[in-house]
Amino acid sequence: MNKPTQNLVWLQSGGCGGCTLSLLCSGANRLFDQLGDAGIRVLWHPALSEQSGAEARALLEDCAEGRLPLDFLCIEGALLRGPNGSGRFHVLSGTGKPMTEWVSRLAARARHVLAIGSCAAWGGVVAASENPTQACGLQYDGEIPGGLLGAGWKGQGGLPVINVAGCPSHPDWISETLLALAHGQFAAPDLDTLNRPRFFADHLVHHGCARNEFYEFKASAHKPSDLGCLMENMGCKGTQAHADCNLRPWNGNGSCTRGGFACISCTEPGFEEPGHPFHETPKLAGIPIGLPTDMPKAWFVALAALSKSATPKRVRENAVADHQVVVPAVKKTGLK
Amino acid sequence: MTRIIVGPFNRVEGDLEVTLDVEDGVVAAAHAGSPLYRGFEQILRGKHPLDALMFAPRVCGICSVSQSMAAAAALADAMGLAAPPNGRIARNLAHAVENLADHFTHFHLFFMPDFARAEYAARPWHARAAARFRALKGSASAEAMPARTAFLSMLGTLAGKWPHTLSIQPGGSARAIEASEKIRLHALLRDFRRHVETTLFNDALEAVAALDSAAALVRWAAEKPRGDFGLFLEIADDLALEQLGRGIGRFMSYGNYPQERGLLLPNGVWDGRLRALDAQAISEDLSHAWMAGETRHPAQGLTQPADDKAGGYTWCKAPRLAGLPMETGALARQMVAGHPLARDLVLRGGGSVRSRVVARLLELALILPHMEQWVKQIVPGEPFCTQGEMPREAAGVGLVEAARGSLGHWITVAGGRIANYQIISPTTWNFSPRDSDGTPGPLEQALVGTPVGEGNVAVQHVVRSFDPCMVCTVH
Repeated sequence: MNKPTQNLVWLQSGGCGGCTLSLLCSGANRLFDQLGDAGIRVLWHPALSEQSGAEARALLEDCAEGRLPLDFLCIEGALLRGPNGSGRFHVLSGTGKPMTEWVSRLAARARHVLAIGSCAAWGGVVAASENPTQACGLQYDGEIPGGLLGAGWKGQGGLPVINVAGCPSHPDWISETLLALAHGQFAAPDLDTLNRPRFFADHLVHHGCARNEFYEFKASAHKPSDLGCLMENMGCKGTQAHADCNLRPWNGNGSCTRGGFACISCTEPGFEEPGHPFHETPKLAGIPIGLPTDMPKAWFVALAALSKSATPKRVRENAVADHQVVVPAVKKTGLK
Repeated sequence: MTRIIVGPFNRVEGDLEVTLDVEDGVVAAAHAGSPLYRGFEQILRGKHPLDALMFAPRVCGICSVSQSMAAAAALADAMGLAAPPNGRIARNLAHAVENLADHFTHFHLFFMPDFARAEYAARPWHARAAARFRALKGSASAEAMPARTAFLSMLGTLAGKWPHTLSIQPGGSARAIEASEKIRLHALLRDFRRHVETTLFNDALEAVAALDSAAALVRWAAEKPRGDFGLFLEIADDLALEQLGRGIGRFMSYGNYPQERGLLLPNGVWDGRLRALDAQAISEDLSHAWMAGETRHPAQGLTQPADDKAGGYTWCKAPRLAGLPMETGALARQMVAGHPLARDLVLRGGGSVRSRVVARLLELALILPHMEQWVKQIVPGEPFCTQGEMPREAAGVGLVEAARGSLGHWITVAGGRIANYQIISPTTWNFSPRDSDGTPGPLEQALVGTPVGEGNVAVQHVVRSFDPCMVCTVH
């Protein structure tokens, strides 16, 4: 597919740069070739481009003034409105202007704006506690529409800010969103109700979780490194969090739950303030407060009671060990 | 005198602004500005102590595991916990993967592309540098990126994902490794070794690690083509990079990679001779930061932004050891460890653009073989993580070495909650502002005397030779 050149500018605001580093873990052998093949030209990326200082400032100014067409504006990191609404917690170096001002000017010219990661989408970890920097997302302030650009904002291409959420975002979520846009194969119906690409947000982290047998029997982990299900005690939100982390592995064959720790629902607005310590499951009368998505509480309670009473010894014992202490039996009669 | 403001300063991690006062074509004074403040130390106050494991890695996307390691060490110190051997080894492996991947990324994506710039078109090596390292286009990065991806896939196994894992725990690792996974990890290490030996060194890692003097390095480079490291050494000779970015001559390392006994890389200070590290002598001076308060040890440190403070020019505090600035990083680690090549390079030319880059690649050669041994030492079936309780009143410190240098976390727990959490990152040391004595930070000093002018990009080399991580710096 030969496409006309489409310019991409990437800026890092109040974040950690981790989404860029995650993107660079892309399984694609030649990420830049792949983008180039779709007609995407990386005009400027702060971690990757040659241009520095005055050259970079001129380029950004050209985009902001409409002298250079801007097809994709990717923003990584939260937008820091403080102190006192001044934006001075992040002044883009060399320019004397707050990053919030640069982002607003550039967004007005862009065909598509992408929030890369949960900081740019919702505010993310930077907005935790008392939110000391008045951090927000591009079009959300936590789960409340608004943010820096306002709830009604739309890009020149007609879409709201595309929230490629996650902390960090998965390399494929970023590259496949960009490629789909570049190929003209991404439209409003491809976004979920929080404007996340549905190709990853229409799944739950639970889907494909390697601990599923433990979940089925409510055979739960009690401490870090246990093999059991992390939902009952260890704070796991995989049955509620929208992402395909266990279908589309991370760094080869990983995911949070495969890495031995709970899903903290990092693709969801407000994940940074769950109202409980991250390593503990909040419970009411012994029942986890956060039940699996789409599951009525009574059903869950009934299922949990039944499955706990039916847990095989193997599953029960392995759940609280860091390696299999009982292996599946080998049947001698052949499998029917 | 003219004043030049360089920014946005790219191909560093995060946002950096450098202000240069220029006289007679060279830098007379430099000011390093960190223009981004996010407030992690404020955010952590009042949280459950173990929540630090979630927040700390998110200080930085490139040294995420290092931040986790420092947080886990500080929590373990407060809880009185020690990791079992498997946990210690698994954490060391995860940490070393990140540290070496950072050196590798810095060389290919951040540092070398400057030599592909048009300003160097007349140099004899330019065509080769441009073909290999032009930003976003060079053949070296096209080869390095898949090698980096494969190497970091070790963290898919060891830590679930990278960046931002929660597998690194105060009591060890939450991710137990099975026998078949040991084989896979070892194979990935061997793959990465092959790539580094073939494209970077054109020699065995052990041969590079054994280089024991500046003269030995020159002889080695002259023997035959030496890959991309050889290209760097050729460029460094032509541009006299051993004279550029002269450091302050004081190096510090917290030491790294705990072994059954002691550390693989020792802690200490080198300022012409080796000295013991006294972590109680660390303080942060706030005189030129947009921060309120007086100089304190980080265990009692304050983080209170004061954006209108007179005399402030950065969000970065100024850490000092016994009142003095310190250079930290791969070169400092190898100076403290006493590697003969590092010592000889510094003896002849001090900390410089050349010696900093050489030390980073030397670490690749030194640490990878250890990692191959560590994988073999894992005993599947033995525990990876010990458990413990956090006392309601406690304090702890975690000192580790990130790729870029010394990283410390100091935690105070009161009433079961975090009462104070202070972080001093490697680039906080290296890119610190002036202190109340007016003493510049290491980068500010290293830039003095650097030529500036049309077509001269020497300042870029000096800044990037430190591999700054600005998001860590202020956090």
